[in-house]
Amino acid sequence: MAARKTTKKPNVSAEELKTYYREMLLIRRFEEKAGQLYGMGLIGGFCHLYIGQEAVVVGLEAAAKEGDKRITSYRDHGHMLACGMEPGGVMAELTGREGGLSKGKGGSMHMFSKEKHFYGGHGIVGAQVPLGAGLAFADKYKGNGGVTFTYFGDGAANQGQVYETFNMAALWELPVVFVIENNQYAMGTAQARSTSSADIYHRGQAFGIPGEMVDGMDVLAVKAAGEKAVAHCRAGKGPYILEIKTYRYRGHSMSDPAKYRTREEVQKVREQSDPIEHVRELLLTGKHATEEDLKAIDKEIKEIVNQAAEFSKESPEPSLDELWTDIYA
Amino acid sequence: MATEILMPALSPTMEEGTLAKWLVKEGDTVSSGDIMAEIETDKATMEFEAVDEGIVGKILIAEGTEGVKVNTPIAVLVEEGEDASALPAAAPAATAVAEAAPAAVEAPAPSTAPAAPVVDLSPDWPADAEMKSETVREALRDAMAEEMRRDEDVYLMGEEVAEYQGAYKISQGLLDEFGSKRVIDTPITEHGFAGIAVGSAFGGLKPIVEFMTFNFAMQAMDQIINSAAKTLYMSGGQMGCPIVFRGPNGAAARVAAQHSQDYAAWYMQVPGLKVVMPYSAADAKGLLKSAIRDPNPVVFLENEILYGRSFDMPQVDDLAIPLGKARIWRKGSDVTIVSFGIGMQFALEAADKLAEEGINAEVIDLRTIRPMDTGAIINSVMKTNRLVTVEEGWPQGSVGSYISSVVMQEAFDYLDAPIINCTGKDVPMPYAANLEKLALITTDEVIAAVKQVTYR
Repeated sequence: MAARKTTKKPNVSAEELKTYYREMLLIRRFEEKAGQLYGMGLIGGFCHLYIGQEAVVVGLEAAAKEGDKRITSYRDHGHMLACGMEPGGVMAELTGREGGLSKGKGGSMHMFSKEKHFYGGHGIVGAQVPLGAGLAFADKYKGNGGVTFTYFGDGAANQGQVYETFNMAALWELPVVFVIENNQYAMGTAQARSTSSADIYHRGQAFGIPGEMVDGMDVLAVKAAGEKAVAHCRAGKGPYILEIKTYRYRGHSMSDPAKYRTREEVQKVREQSDPIEHVRELLLTGKHATEEDLKAIDKEIKEIVNQAAEFSKESPEPSLDELWTDIYA
Repeated sequence: MATEILMPALSPTMEEGTLAKWLVKEGDTVSSGDIMAEIETDKATMEFEAVDEGIVGKILIAEGTEGVKVNTPIAVLVEEGEDASALPAAAPAATAVAEAAPAAVEAPAPSTAPAAPVVDLSPDWPADAEMKSETVREALRDAMAEEMRRDEDVYLMGEEVAEYQGAYKISQGLLDEFGSKRVIDTPITEHGFAGIAVGSAFGGLKPIVEFMTFNFAMQAMDQIINSAAKTLYMSGGQMGCPIVFRGPNGAAARVAAQHSQDYAAWYMQVPGLKVVMPYSAADAKGLLKSAIRDPNPVVFLENEILYGRSFDMPQVDDLAIPLGKARIWRKGSDVTIVSFGIGMQFALEAADKLAEEGINAEVIDLRTIRPMDTGAIINSVMKTNRLVTVEEGWPQGSVGSYISSVVMQEAFDYLDAPIINCTGKDVPMPYAANLEKLALITTDEVIAAVKQVTYR
């Protein structure tokens, strides 16, 4: 992980910093709780945690405006929380209960919210990329000025449909920000073992799509890059690529023994580049908040997450009739 | 407050594991994310992290213990100042939390069709409607044009649909009328543009995607099945996908294996999709209009050979024929022949010839393959007691084999002979003219099958 480049005293208000701190902490505590519930057998199947990557989605949400859309793959809990979806509804979907946002029928990888303009939650690596460009196509067709954040990982960046989509998005000048969340490992394969070039954002050049690399452990850097990308899209200049370098602390999914990297590597990132610690430091050194203020936030978040977990345990399993509903509209 | 740390499930299938190694000891302070122990599952050795901060008060399961059931307390975390010695002894493994495993339940099966199904045989247009001869090609174009005039959100996308006027001239004139915003030429990139179209449907538009042929839609299969067909269900009913995938399907002439396949049986299998395969021009028009208005993804299978064929077209204002309703083309009492798409040509020719020999066949055009109007088939079989299905696709897992299973289960007592499925031969389509002819279904084969089931 590259050393942080932002200044010690960034031009950002105390309130803003506290918001980022709160939102990132919510994702982290939520994911830790999800891991715990998985361990207890309350969550089944695949469960991909977002711990370590929180600044990516929180920074970009800060650059979005009402009506903008977002779509991602199966590592999606953070995106849902960041766009304001109810933590209890998300957690109850993980436990497969009636109170889940997909009534328990989608699970961790497949959740949606029309209200929050969150279009999933998709389980097939790379498939969300043309879908995201399609959302942008609809916005452009309707002329509503919306922008779509289409998230995918460094692994998905090697899928053919990504480049089919780059071509059409550039050709048709679609208002889409392609967000490559480069956490450096595609499941267990390090980027250098799967990807011919070191920098993925360069790959838009062939299609005339501008791109840049962003420090994904710095929420302020992510927000700034997001604002630039969104402005480009809204100005009608077509797509933009952000390769956001980040790191996932946990395994690819819950059943990942993580033998492809050392514990020291993970520990080093946690100690030196943690995105939440970074904002915490800015808050404390900038005298925007005291230890007590932050403790109060910690407590508040813990309470929200505990309530979400309680709801996800208490919500009943879906009624058996649900097997046969929602197949056709 | 003391918190029990439970033996975690570290894979979707893990029920127990070995506590291989403790990496903390009693009295150690841990914070969230610290590695506490190594646990061996059936697949791998995994590290187990703390999720809360606290002090390790007690280790309940010694390292090296095998067969530790998931959810057994393995350690206790206490807060600063709390007395670990006052903690109760470890709960035996047998009392491990059981709430994780919901009891297996049998899902209610959908009710089966009654013995004499109610079948909608209402006409699709007024009996006194004026008729004019029209080709399937014109019918399809008119259907799209009418729906595009009716709804601004409908647009057409595909290879050569705009400036070239359609590879098979189905979209002739549409670019002139609707402009390049709504009639869009794509690059040759089926997977990508199918995905973009599906995304735009999630975003509120109603795309018509033309595949130059359905053979090329195999490139887009993931988007059709995983994204278009399944999202409504996965979203608990929130996010539908109103889209039509259309284009020629099945064999044309002398284009060989990779361009000559009937996909009816493939798409028919998928819950969430509707599958239409019209034969006549009126059905092509009326069903395409309904498909475009349908809030679900519809796979609309056309046929290149039928494009130029003329049929009577009723001159009515808004010919929208409901999906899921079969059409009885010919009434008969001796045998039921069920077909769809170009198969209808052989079914009808066979019925004409059989009539000359005194065998009266009832010919049913399914028109929609999913949802299938099995009621119409069963009703007819209850009368004729004999069934032959006709299709161009391969025999194994054919549409006919599904129909056979439904009729066996729901009208077995009415059958006087085994059902025969007339299908294309079980080979990739050959190029040579004589071999191609041999691979395809023929009228003579249908006649032979009917004679077999009628014991003539």
